[in-house]
Amino acid sequence: MKITLKLYATLGERLPPGAYENAAQIDVAPDVTLNDIIDRYKVPRELAHLVLINGLFTCEEDRDRPGTLSEGDTLAIWPPVAGG
Amino acid sequence: MAWTGKILRVDLTKGSVDVEPLNMEWAQAYLGQRGLATKYLVEEIDPKCDALGPDNKLIMATGPLTGTMASTGGRYSVICKSPLTGAVACSNSGGFIGAEMKNAGWDMIIFEGKAPQPVYLHIENDKAQLLPADEIWGTSVWATDEWLHKRHQDPALRIAAVGRSAEQGCLYSVVINDLHRAAGRSGVGTVMASKNLKAVAVRGTLGVGNIKDPARFMKETAEAKQILAENAVTGQGLPTFGTQVLMNVINEIGAMPTRNMREVQFEGAHKISAEAMAEPRKTDGKPNLTTNAGCFGCTIACGRISTIDRTHFTIENKPQYWGNSGGLEYEAAWAMGSDTGVDDLDAVTYANFVCNEDGVDPISFGATVAAAMELYENGHITDKETGGVAFKFGSAEALAKAVELVATGEGFGKDLGLGSKLLCEKYGQPDLSMTVKGQEFPAYDPRGIQGMGLAYATSNRGACHLRGYTVASEVLGIPEKTDPLVTEGKAGLVKAFQDATAAFDSSGLCIFTSFAWTLENVAPQLDAACEGAWSPENLAELGERVWNLEREFNLKAGLTAADDTLPKRLTTEKANTGPAEGKVSGLSEMLPEYYELRGWTKDGQLTKETRQRLGL
Repeated sequence: MKITLKLYATLGERLPPGAYENAAQIDVAPDVTLNDIIDRYKVPRELAHLVLINGLFTCEEDRDRPGTLSEGDTLAIWPPVAGG
Repeated sequence: MAWTGKILRVDLTKGSVDVEPLNMEWAQAYLGQRGLATKYLVEEIDPKCDALGPDNKLIMATGPLTGTMASTGGRYSVICKSPLTGAVACSNSGGFIGAEMKNAGWDMIIFEGKAPQPVYLHIENDKAQLLPADEIWGTSVWATDEWLHKRHQDPALRIAAVGRSAEQGCLYSVVINDLHRAAGRSGVGTVMASKNLKAVAVRGTLGVGNIKDPARFMKETAEAKQILAENAVTGQGLPTFGTQVLMNVINEIGAMPTRNMREVQFEGAHKISAEAMAEPRKTDGKPNLTTNAGCFGCTIACGRISTIDRTHFTIENKPQYWGNSGGLEYEAAWAMGSDTGVDDLDAVTYANFVCNEDGVDPISFGATVAAAMELYENGHITDKETGGVAFKFGSAEALAKAVELVATGEGFGKDLGLGSKLLCEKYGQPDLSMTVKGQEFPAYDPRGIQGMGLAYATSNRGACHLRGYTVASEVLGIPEKTDPLVTEGKAGLVKAFQDATAAFDSSGLCIFTSFAWTLENVAPQLDAACEGAWSPENLAELGERVWNLEREFNLKAGLTAADDTLPKRLTTEKANTGPAEGKVSGLSEMLPEYYELRGWTKDGQLTKETRQRLGL
């Protein structure tokens, strides 16, 4: 199935070629876990701090669980960041 | 002790400059900067006074750690009654002038009265004098800065000044120091200009030598710096991307106030984000971001220095803007970008330059332009009022024209200088003003981050993110992650953030250290530097005391529990996209619990027990 992967801040350079505005369409298996994707794009797990599926936070315990993603979802990942 | 123990009292009406000792009993109870200066303000002015009259006072205050070797110890604050809100104003700034003031030997400068003619204050260590400012009245902050450096032939002079916007009465004018750092909110620059005080120029070479236990202070500050360096946010994220890294985060979670807060996601967010600032432009091959920058003693260095493409329409015939200058922080980029619907990064950067040049709060300015755009699109304002400028959402041309008009107070700039609340009232649409207590919102929609709704409604200086930044917990997971879409538990969270922030703001340190430090890390640094026993517990209580002192000022000024509210839009119009779709702010679910936790009555008054417990 196809999902949108967004990697931001220092993670942006890990996106596949053709990414635009920090986003890329990728193909994943239906039973993929978030950590599978995080590992596939060589994002160090400790830098996958803010992990959002369609804008909703996913805690670390759920990142090894298959079935968290559906066709057309957006997975967005940031390292630890802050502002104000 | 890290206080100098000295206050400079400047009577502008008489033209006198006097020295007096710092009240050390109050320093133990209120620490410095925000807390201690608020105590002086509360004791010395009538909260009902005209904010722009001679009875208001303006205090520039350092904290005990300002000017020391503590990381980020360069902060100072400007405290007065606000002309924008009628409430207490306290605006915090970095740069270098706070440390310079401290190194000149002063904990605080209190300005009172009103000068009969424009003046500036020149300080060289213990020598301070008022000098005529006729030649620089009517000029920008940047022109003033240049004139003062030439006049005193001292490149190391540190300068805080107001621009033409403040002189023209724009109600959200700021005090700019070091060219592009600002005591930015609530119109403190407008108060300074109302006193005919154009600038403060300081040279301090005395050092801050009276540390209680110097060896321990070196050890504690070194350990605390190590924590900042090793923390991913303060050691890498903020220096590399600045606060602007939040643009895509907040948009993704559906809490990005857009087009005067009608929507909660902005389709152009990426174009004005930190990531976009770092990308080479197609036009000239250079990125908007030139480098990062740090304030005095800072080991984080989150500041942005930017350069606009010389062929961009905003500056193509204005070489004075071709060099680099203070770039976009998240709040400015949001207010002048997303909230106005403008996704032209260089246009927003230009507006930011002009805000710095003439001392305008970019948050209030951007939000007021957004309100004007909604008024224009709804037909309540026409070309007649705007001077022919089409104030349509997304118009970079309108944004650029608006900032020029507000900077100089010309034409429609007079209306825009009223701020969103008075502007919307003037044109018969008060519900279109996105403000609390008259102050414009910052960059987090409370429909998507519920705790921020309560933080805004109860903030003592009106809508503000720097009085209780629960975004840290609700979005960023600092110190621990909470769900931004629920109201449960948020009353306690907001109170904890508000109290801790008040303590940080009274110390001389930057609140951004709190992404890595807690009061557990601040207390040992203060304890090594200052007389007294400073623990995390008594700092939290001190913060609570400061919060309640500010509240009491506001109540005496005439504000009531009815002012602890949000615009109708945020409590009745549902978020239309994103994770918060269908939600409104649940303020009414949180406010009663918050009052109870604060030890206030149901109508928001301090109880006798609370006053006694906090020593008020």
